Amino acid sequence: MVKASIEARGDLRLTRLTKSYGDFTAVDDLSLTIPKGSFFALLGPSGCGKTTTLRMIAGLEEPTAGSIHLGETDITTTKPYQRPINTVFQNYALFPHLTIFENIAFGLRRRGQKDVKEAVDKVLNLVELPHLAERKPTQLSGGQQQRIALARAIVNRPALLLLDEPLGALDLKLRRQMQIELKWIQKEVGLTFVHVTHDQEEAMTMADTIAVMNEGQIEQMGSPAELYDNPETAYVANFLGQSNLIKGTISGNDGDSLIVDLYGQKIALPKNRSHAIDNSTYAGIRPEKFRISLLETPVHGNVLTGGRIEDVSYIGVSTQYQVEMPWGQELMVFEQNDDGVAPFNKGDAVNISWAPTFTFALRGDEDVTAGSEVEPEDLDEE
Amino acid sequence: MGKIRTPYLLLLPGFGFLFTFFILPIINLAQTSTQTRVSGGDTGQYEQTLRFTNYLDAFVENKEQFGRSFLYAIIATVLALAIAYPLAYAIAFKAGKYKNLLLVLVVAPFFTSFLLRTIAWKQILGEEGFVVPTLRSLGIISESTTLTSTSFAVVMGMTYNFLPFMTLPLFASIDRIDPRTLEASGDLYANGLTTFRRVTLPLSMPGVVAGTLLTFIPAAGDYVNAAILGNPNTKMLGNVIESRYFKIVDYPTAAALSFTLMAAILILVTLYIRKAGTEELV
Repeated sequence: MVKASIEARGDLRLTRLTKSYGDFTAVDDLSLTIPKGSFFALLGPSGCGKTTTLRMIAGLEEPTAGSIHLGETDITTTKPYQRPINTVFQNYALFPHLTIFENIAFGLRRRGQKDVKEAVDKVLNLVELPHLAERKPTQLSGGQQQRIALARAIVNRPALLLLDEPLGALDLKLRRQMQIELKWIQKEVGLTFVHVTHDQEEAMTMADTIAVMNEGQIEQMGSPAELYDNPETAYVANFLGQSNLIKGTISGNDGDSLIVDLYGQKIALPKNRSHAIDNSTYAGIRPEKFRISLLETPVHGNVLTGGRIEDVSYIGVSTQYQVEMPWGQELMVFEQNDDGVAPFNKGDAVNISWAPTFTFALRGDEDVTAGSEVEPEDLDEE
Repeated sequence: MGKIRTPYLLLLPGFGFLFTFFILPIINLAQTSTQTRVSGGDTGQYEQTLRFTNYLDAFVENKEQFGRSFLYAIIATVLALAIAYPLAYAIAFKAGKYKNLLLVLVVAPFFTSFLLRTIAWKQILGEEGFVVPTLRSLGIISESTTLTSTSFAVVMGMTYNFLPFMTLPLFASIDRIDPRTLEASGDLYANGLTTFRRVTLPLSMPGVVAGTLLTFIPAAGDYVNAAILGNPNTKMLGNVIESRYFKIVDYPTAAALSFTLMAAILILVTLYIRKAGTEELV
């Protein structure tokens, strides 16, 4: 039995997984399959249930209901030490009394491997810290500790590697570098990585598949590009990047397109990007998809007229505009600084245009602020 | 200039205190330990003759009590550790909001006198207490067995009296352990027992060392427990020193015994700290 669970390999399957603490439901009837060998991210703000989900997979929390399968093996109630799963903890949780070498060898020794030197040296080389083997964890910088925590987990060649906000404690520059390294290491060792984060950029950089979580449930799941280009809910549209959501009514059909009336102006969008359930809808357009033009310039695609530039912020790679529309809403527009200068000024009367394929449509009864109010930098998981 | 002098000025009261109440008495005690009786003099009259064989005589005469002191102290320390470790662990990791309350309860006995509490044990273990009748009715001890005035009572008294000294440093040490390192251990294939052996215990070693020293050292020199809960056959070195000094008025032997005890404790403690690997202590 013990042997069987520790040898389990294959896809990770969560079935109707639920975890409640008294009246509070942290994870609510969650079902999910994570294919073997993929880099999977659970993305969401604090308290969305992503860390609880991860801890249940690791065996550190017992589910209130539902099951967890690894391949054909049911590991729902298996003890953590009997699962072929290792975790990179948020604060690394290295053993302060052991050397780096012994920290990494810990898992191998517990499984009765006698000769650990070769494996430990190899993984120390992989994380490029072979010279630190005899140091103690407290003598290492945050970035080094992070890599050792990773080495300590992957040296065991687990069926599944769990990463709990692994880069949260690092500064921005180091975080970027580690994102690329983690992705590279995952390809190199070919393990299944399940990554929990509140940082949408981190999830998009590394993961093949992202599940956006909200209040214990999966809001939407897909590749980074799918989630970004075609969000199904306002929560996803706002949590991954920024979105302009404009209230409208679906007024007609045109082949593969829907015609939507936005405050009297008609635009088109692909039918397969509409998630509306009736005629009432929110049309969504990402700020960088918009093009601004002066009134006399001819434009193609969807056009909204009557805009007025309210604010201009030059931020180097792009210029961000706030454009006030006739119905009072301010739209966000990011323009590439191709020619090096911001060509529009505050107060200019402008049209806004974009390609119809860049439009998505949400249900008309959505809360347009969902997902945008959360503070993504808030790290307080507990 | 003034800045350099400040630390020394701050140290002055402490030094003064130590000098008056520790260094001077020690010197005095050292002098006394090699004195001999003035021939034909009164009781308590001694003169300095640098008779170092006082030490040998004192040791040979009392080696039984010597051995008993260390034996009792070791047993009491081990028992206290066995009781205090789970207690400290539970307070640190499992008590939740009751943590502070439980800590107060550990210290609460200090609010009453050490002597009173020891005398209370005499009643607990006495014929009228509930322990003896219960054990008798369960057939664990025979009808004729008593618990007062036994070595058992002495060791129990010592264990009880020194328990807080064991519990507090252990708690301080265990409380500092990041529970996530214990989770990490489980995550890395260590079961509960292995996690305890490989992670919890090593990380709590500073507390174990501090607690055992704080228990063993005073226990080895203790005489109150043996005096109140014991009998003439459970005398410890502390009792011998007390009676030599106050009853027989044999100052040199009492002084020599005190020094021998001090030296023995020092040697044992040094060996122990070496063995326990004190690099983790700092």
